[in-house]
Amino acid sequence: MKYDIILAGVGGQGILSIAFVIDNAALEEGLFFKQAEVHGMSQRGGAVQSHLRLADGHIYSDLIPLGQADMILSVEPLETLRYFEYLKPDGAVVSSSTPYTNISDYPVLEEVFREIKKAPVHVLIDSEKLAREAGSVRAQNMVMLGAASRFLPLKEDSLKKYIQVLFEKRGAQVVQTNLRAFDLGRQAARA
Amino acid sequence: MEKVVLLGDEAVALAAIQAGLTAAYSYPGTPASEIMEFLIRNSGNGQKYTAKWCVNEKVACEEALGVSFAGKRALVSFKHVGLNVAADPFINSAITGANGGLVVVVADDPGMHSSQDEQDSRYYADFARILCLEPASHQEAYNMTREAFDLSEKFRIPVMIRLVTRLAHSRSSVETAAPREQNRDLPYGTWQDWTLLPGNARRRFRILLDRQKDLLEYSENTGYNQLVLNHAGGRLGVVVSGIAYNYFKEVAAALPAEPSHLKVSTYPFPVSKLRRLVEQVDEILVIEEGYPFIERFLRGVTGIPGKVIRGKMDGSLPATGELTPDLVARALGLPERAGLKTGEFKLAARPPQLCAGCPHADTYKALNEAIKDFPRPVVFSDIGCYTLGALPPYNAIQTCVCMGASVSMAKGGAEAGIHPSVAVIGDSTFAHSGITPLLDAAHSNTAMTVIILDNGTVAMTGTQPSFGTGEPLDRLVAGLGIDRNHLRVIVPLPRNHQENVKVIKEELSHNGLSVIIARRECVQIIGEKKRS
Repeated sequence: MKYDIILAGVGGQGILSIAFVIDNAALEEGLFFKQAEVHGMSQRGGAVQSHLRLADGHIYSDLIPLGQADMILSVEPLETLRYFEYLKPDGAVVSSSTPYTNISDYPVLEEVFREIKKAPVHVLIDSEKLAREAGSVRAQNMVMLGAASRFLPLKEDSLKKYIQVLFEKRGAQVVQTNLRAFDLGRQAARA
Repeated sequence: MEKVVLLGDEAVALAAIQAGLTAAYSYPGTPASEIMEFLIRNSGNGQKYTAKWCVNEKVACEEALGVSFAGKRALVSFKHVGLNVAADPFINSAITGANGGLVVVVADDPGMHSSQDEQDSRYYADFARILCLEPASHQEAYNMTREAFDLSEKFRIPVMIRLVTRLAHSRSSVETAAPREQNRDLPYGTWQDWTLLPGNARRRFRILLDRQKDLLEYSENTGYNQLVLNHAGGRLGVVVSGIAYNYFKEVAAALPAEPSHLKVSTYPFPVSKLRRLVEQVDEILVIEEGYPFIERFLRGVTGIPGKVIRGKMDGSLPATGELTPDLVARALGLPERAGLKTGEFKLAARPPQLCAGCPHADTYKALNEAIKDFPRPVVFSDIGCYTLGALPPYNAIQTCVCMGASVSMAKGGAEAGIHPSVAVIGDSTFAHSGITPLLDAAHSNTAMTVIILDNGTVAMTGTQPSFGTGEPLDRLVAGLGIDRNHLRVIVPLPRNHQENVKVIKEELSHNGLSVIIARRECVQIIGEKKRS
């Protein structure tokens, strides 16, 4: 078994938090993983991505070859498209529909959606709305993780355990908000 | 044995702690910063070692050298261009030799994700005539760092660990070994070895040269350099170093049979093993992250009669940028496997930018307005978040070369007739390498304006502490001999805009040296304080 994920978003949207949860859940379930991150300059509001690879055996490359990702999991719709060439022909796109418009030439949103829908398997989630519903607009990353959990080869419980671990330092309320965000994302991906 | 999840950088840091580290020093720089972050974060865990950010890489390297002299184990880490700053102590530490284990970790940045060049530190190790270990995986990063301390004490030289961005910033699990105690019984270094008067230096250099055969012997015998001869793999042989090995193993599975190959992980590289591979094949493909270091040696001037050598020098692989599994697949003749295309759709770029509410943005707005009526002004800038002032909407700076160069270049520019000649430099960059050129400018009262952007932190690399900030910075600057009437402090806020424009205009018109300190705390720091 192997499962390759491109995580995408804009610096500050918390894609490394998504990675933390998946990494640790995978380890708990006895899988191997490698996860290449972007630090430094691009974290300041620029495009960021992480290559996250899960397998039941040794993983060599830290980077996913083109055309081999099983999933693009993105917290921002334009960023979803940036990595399309990494996706397998039958790979899944799990993307937020909430644009992050910190650039002046952001394309027409409908056109972005039209492109995303060209992927044979795609799920578009209004992460901003669901995160607000969960209690914090900052929890969009956990909404998207919840949506992606429908496809990931990981148990819902293992993922939730590490959401707990990730946020427990910030108090019970923050943990609850993020778990709620995860649940709402997961439900939305089924609808 | 314990299994832990670590970044490549953190695997190095943990290995150092468990190798009996006494002290570690560094200056922040992507992709090396997380080594020191980890060491500082874990220094409270019953481990008694020193872990400190330093004012710059040269100072860090020299402090580590002092630890080695004392017979204790030291780690110094920085990004590749940091080694330029530390080159003087680094090269000469090979001459003095190491007493306590001295490990120099350098993180290269092929592809320049966060750097101004992609220099390859293996050349520095070769130049200094020391041993360099280049891990391919997290586990090797851990194991090699543990071993590097032993090798440093065995061969009595500093040992380099060369990382690249993809390993430094990739996360995976690592199995650790039992920790070792710190050194207790090594005597101090002897003065004849450590006082590099010409007579001593000549003798020490001879010893270093005589040591080379031992380093080569180590390289020939270590299990890190694996020679795999596969007669079913055809007439192609592959020489593959560092993390390029991962890409090779990833994609070679798609070939009918795996080619014979040599994994190179230590330098000087294993010459006999390389010869054995070359003898078995007709064509050699060299795959390495960074410059074509091994490839150039292998080609020499005349090549190898009857053999074809491929790599970065003949275009089989790109000469610049970072390797990918896809580039390696192409060099091995495998078909492309690109996925979905976005076709005609134009993907807008999303470059990094200054944060909302960043003080640098307000300083640049004021500077742009103050300077706009001068016919040919130049703003020399430096390394930090504020380098983003080169991009729209600011378009405020014309240079960024290396740490501290803004001040020295502004002086040179002013002496070549540029007016106004302005330097823009952050507080930490100023402490790192801006003080000495400002002293230079003060000495000749050059007609130039230095703007120190004091946000109180090293923001770009993750808000590490700054050494020259706040009121002590004002005193430091004044102490260099800057006229107090032309040492101004402004607070870059939108509501102070008109006043700040006025101050900057006044100093631009001054026919001598001015320093303006634009002081407001980084919004990232304010955010961190709120969260904690």
